[in-house]
Amino acid sequence: MELIWDGLKHALQLLFEGDPRVLGIAIRSLQLSGLATVISLLIAVPLGTTVALTRFPGRNLLVSLINTGLSLPPVVVGLFVSITLWRSGPLGFLELLYTPTAIVIAQFVICLPVITSLTLAAVQQIDPKLRQQLQSLGASRPQMVGMLLWEARLPMLAAVMAGFGAVISEVGAVMMVGGNILGYTRVLTTATVLETRKGQFDVAIALSLILLLIAFAVTWALTAFQQRGVVR
Amino acid sequence: MNEPILAVRDLVMRYGNETVLEVDDFSIQRGETITLVGHNGSGKSTLMRILGLLTPPTEGGVWFDGQPVDFRSRRTLALRRRMAGVHQDPLLCRMSVFNNVALGLRFRGVSGREIGKRVDPWLDRFHIAHLRDRPARVISGGEAQRTSLARALVLDPDVLFLDEPFSALDPPTREELLAEFQEILGETSVTTIFTTHDRNEALVMGDRMLVLEAGRIAQLGEPDEIYRRPASEAVARFVGVENRIPGTVVDFSDNRVRVDIGEVEVEVRGSVAPGQSVLLCLRPEDLMLAAAEPVASNATGQMGGQNVLVGTVVRILPSDSSIRVVLDCGVPVVALVTRAAYRKLKLEPGHRAQVSFSATDAHLIPRGSEVPPL
Repeated sequence: MELIWDGLKHALQLLFEGDPRVLGIAIRSLQLSGLATVISLLIAVPLGTTVALTRFPGRNLLVSLINTGLSLPPVVVGLFVSITLWRSGPLGFLELLYTPTAIVIAQFVICLPVITSLTLAAVQQIDPKLRQQLQSLGASRPQMVGMLLWEARLPMLAAVMAGFGAVISEVGAVMMVGGNILGYTRVLTTATVLETRKGQFDVAIALSLILLLIAFAVTWALTAFQQRGVVR
Repeated sequence: MNEPILAVRDLVMRYGNETVLEVDDFSIQRGETITLVGHNGSGKSTLMRILGLLTPPTEGGVWFDGQPVDFRSRRTLALRRRMAGVHQDPLLCRMSVFNNVALGLRFRGVSGREIGKRVDPWLDRFHIAHLRDRPARVISGGEAQRTSLARALVLDPDVLFLDEPFSALDPPTREELLAEFQEILGETSVTTIFTTHDRNEALVMGDRMLVLEAGRIAQLGEPDEIYRRPASEAVARFVGVENRIPGTVVDFSDNRVRVDIGEVEVEVRGSVAPGQSVLLCLRPEDLMLAAAEPVASNATGQMGGQNVLVGTVVRILPSDSSIRVVLDCGVPVVALVTRAAYRKLKLEPGHRAQVSFSATDAHLIPRGSEVPPL
């Protein structure tokens, strides 16, 4: 019990003193996961919307593949990104393995199907007659898609939360492709693993608290925004 | 004759191998109100989508304001923006009533100040100004449909498409909104295409009525003409001709046709060749119901220029405004009487009664003239 209590006390001390090592790791985590989420959004939203609004041969297969991506094991992602970026791998010449870029790539691969799948579901649940109604009010195709996304904004925010939540808390793939290099590719999750192994529970707890805090803050902000749009 | 605002020629619409619509020639004059009626699956919605330039037809062409429409062209959007549509379901977006009404103007890039100037009068006109800033999802069904109508009319369209706009509303709301809307339509010169399942709406709303049946035009004409002279049995059934009695023409001369309907012969105005089998169409409200005169107990036929059918009362069905009396005259016959007339007649099931009608009240449909299926 003492172990936990001391750890917690020291952790809070580290946080309030603004330990530069801990803060640096936290900021890097936010940056990398945020970037991966943003890049995923840029691709997932158009992709999910297109699949939701069009009919083409093989669509069901594609939807199944996207949904399978929801439960893609991060370790598998880590493995394949590692192999691809390996010195003798197909993209080895880029020399990206054990760089922050590699982490963003792995997180992007994990995040993309999550946001795509939830976007697809969000757009699909809108009454298909609304599309015709918008068109009959003179909406161009981009305007119509914009309005549909606006209508689906609540489930879309859930998609963003789910995507960001999946990558900020990801550890396996990040460890494999990033390598946990201090001041370079060490993020909150991998640092927590390392400090725990070293028995530095106070630092591990401090890192965990920050991780929880970030997860909570992001979710809280998005939820507040989301609930504002909810009609009594 | 001015140029039609919308016209279609040699139109065919197929989904896969199934042909759902085939219209050779149909045009809509500027400023007229057309009601489009037909059963589900008759091709109404498909025709509406094609006329609204939302779906290109498989074959044939659409002309808007005298110009052929190229559905692949970017200019079609500009044409579409001269139209507006209202659906059965108001389909409002998650925003305020004002913003919903402003939607089409925003799509057209109208400036914010201009939008306010144009939207507010329509909110007033539809009595929804007090809901201006309310979220559209919390207003009642009638208010939502008012919002949807305002949203279309604020665009000052050349053509207005109304797809059963009142059918989801409860009767008092529907009647109120229908009356208001008719008044508004009278003030504007917008060309209106209106689909409905409701016979009364079709009768009061349209300058002309188009009946679609299994993807083809079954009849096109003034509503009153279609009500009195339906071209086929399906049209007759749709417009409420409840009595459709099969018979055979036995004689034709001097614009009068004698029809054998089994036990009796009746005389009807028209011209159909002898030997032709026909359907004798009689609207229940055109029949004069009376207690059977004892001397005429089985002498049905013509009396004093009137056709008379004598029979036994089978059923009495009260409705909100009148009483429906079903007689067995060898064939079932339905007559409609007012409550006052019904009380005076003192009819009960089992009583003998007679219905009479003049030669001009009946209408003959030659059989075998039905629209062939696609």
